[in-house]
Amino acid sequence: MTEENRKIAFICSKGNLDMAYPALVMGWAALGNGIDVTIFFTFWGMDMIRRLRIDHLEIAPVANTSMKMSMMGVNTGNLGIPNIMGIIPGMTAFATKLMKSKMEKLEVPPVNEYLQMLVDAGAKLYACKMSVDMFDLKKEDFIDGVIDIVTAGDFMDMTEGAQIIFI
Amino acid sequence: MATREIAGKIVQVNDEGFMTNPSEWDKDIAVALAKEEGFAELMPEHWRIIEFCRQSAVNSGKAPTLRQITTGSGVSTKDLFALFPKGPAKKVARISGLGKPEGCV
Repeated sequence: MTEENRKIAFICSKGNLDMAYPALVMGWAALGNGIDVTIFFTFWGMDMIRRLRIDHLEIAPVANTSMKMSMMGVNTGNLGIPNIMGIIPGMTAFATKLMKSKMEKLEVPPVNEYLQMLVDAGAKLYACKMSVDMFDLKKEDFIDGVIDIVTAGDFMDMTEGAQIIFI
Repeated sequence: MATREIAGKIVQVNDEGFMTNPSEWDKDIAVALAKEEGFAELMPEHWRIIEFCRQSAVNSGKAPTLRQITTGSGVSTKDLFALFPKGPAKKVARISGLGKPEGCV
């Protein structure tokens, strides 16, 4: 089995709800296949591990060219959601609610629960020191699964031989 | 479709070694497949998960995903990964005589 020593490291740099899932889905699949998983959270990606933010990640329709009217159940083909509509108060909350309900229907757990599943399955989580300093955060601001706050150099040391995926 | 002998029985398998006809499976086969996966013996905790997978496949026609196993059988993620170390996804399905789980969660 060549997979036995395979290692994957994800760098999560985005705090949008839609960008939280790639590392969770792939990380979970990797763990299920016996692959070692390390996740490094940097910049906005730290929202995924901040107690204050983890349950409040959102997706905004503004400037998202892939978000179409048809996603709201209106059969309008390729017609986009006009940016002017996206700036109406409540649109971000609406899009977020829509995405969360779709995920729930597919039995995809919320970010908080998903991340805990990964930790329980052996994933190692780290926060980026420079981002932590910049946002004036402390280790206590993060969920329990976060092992430590590390530098970019530490990350390079701990991911030797790993495949690295930047998100 | 290839066949092979497991625990004295000829069964159908695919090219990845997963059984393709769940009705050919029995507990002796599970023990033999578990040995191939590196388990010296199967404990009651293993059987509980294997039996859950078997039952789940009867209902849905396919192997449950890891999350379906934890939410459905009540075993925790930690315990599931401790019982089937180094990647339970394929191991559990293979020992249970089912195909690879098809879902992503």
